[in-house]
Amino acid sequence: MNTLEFTILVAVGSLLAGLLGSLTGLGGGVVIVPLLTLVFGVDIRYAIGASLVSVISTSSGSAAAYLKEGYSNIRIGMFLEVATTIGAITGAYLAASTPTRAIAIIFGVVLLYSAYSASRPPKTSSTDDPPDRYATLLKLDGDYPTAAGKEAYHVRHVPAGFSLMYLAGVISGLLGIGSGAVKVLAMDQIMRIPFKVSTTTSNFMIGVTAAASAGIYLHRGYIDPGIAMPVMLGVLGGALTGARILPGAKVRTLRMVFSLVIAALAVEMIFKGLKGSL
Amino acid sequence: MPAIPDWGDKRFEIMIGRLLRYGVFLAAAWVLVGGIHYLLQFHGTAMNYRVFHGESADLRFVREIVRGAAELNARGFIQLGILLLIATPVARVAFSVVGFALEKDWLYVGITLIVLALLIYSLSS
Repeated sequence: MNTLEFTILVAVGSLLAGLLGSLTGLGGGVVIVPLLTLVFGVDIRYAIGASLVSVISTSSGSAAAYLKEGYSNIRIGMFLEVATTIGAITGAYLAASTPTRAIAIIFGVVLLYSAYSASRPPKTSSTDDPPDRYATLLKLDGDYPTAAGKEAYHVRHVPAGFSLMYLAGVISGLLGIGSGAVKVLAMDQIMRIPFKVSTTTSNFMIGVTAAASAGIYLHRGYIDPGIAMPVMLGVLGGALTGARILPGAKVRTLRMVFSLVIAALAVEMIFKGLKGSL
Repeated sequence: MPAIPDWGDKRFEIMIGRLLRYGVFLAAAWVLVGGIHYLLQFHGTAMNYRVFHGESADLRFVREIVRGAAELNARGFIQLGILLLIATPVARVAFSVVGFALEKDWLYVGITLIVLALLIYSLSS
């Protein structure tokens, strides 16, 4: 394959990934690494570097739209970013000493979890637990717009949520993905933040988390302009197109199909990792 | 807890969001221009990313990347666009420090400064 062919094919693949990721809300980042490694035979370290770059572009590119809706809570985001950025730096350092086979296997497991969590409908959180004193101290409680006007919510289990966010950061730094699924798990299921607030605040945090490990990847020479260029432009183009057609899209079937694709890629990653052929 | 004027807070955030979007578009346009230049130069070259070599120093450090881009080196030019993209979340955090300071929320000025310090550490280490 020559450079022109490689660039065009990677750009088209990334465009599809960005489009599907945006339509299903799963993010395009999760499939970039399997796409590059399994389909194009790219070394997993280059793939992770390019994936991180694309994650930043979609997170920063969509921040304006999310902020306008009024769901994201900037204080929750900023406080938890302390955990995710420390985690991301840890993950980026771990990536250097972890064998690529092990990274492939961990990647597969995280992909399987993402596919599983995406195929499950969001649960409505209960809000009758006692208030958390850290949440009050840190001014994390907020409100969000609903059809019936503004609704207030309280944040629970701050230490547990903070710890899980550190883990989300490690995964993000180690695998070069946004790890939105883990972030939403921490915020929605543990901290009991309303689903819509969790997902939009998570998207907001993903860019900062990814930037924290991207710096280290850049210095280590994992970010190749020849790969990152088509991936970034493709994913961004796909995500912006997806955001435009989202209101009329039939998302449920698409979500199911995309989850299955992710699960299949996950199994392939684990298999290749075990065989050591990646 | 002091009452925070909701609209002021939100307006500042939306402004930051827009700024981020412009940053991303600028970075994308930059990478696209560099990409076209790169393809005109290397389109027929056989590529192999199967084996990991790591990038050379001129694509790994801020000063070297800027120098490469100034010399219109195609790969250096793209890399500067990518660096610009990585800088957008950092700028977002820096602006948030200002936003919280305007609200006189010193607790969050502190928290945001920690995040900013971690990002700067990562980019400069």
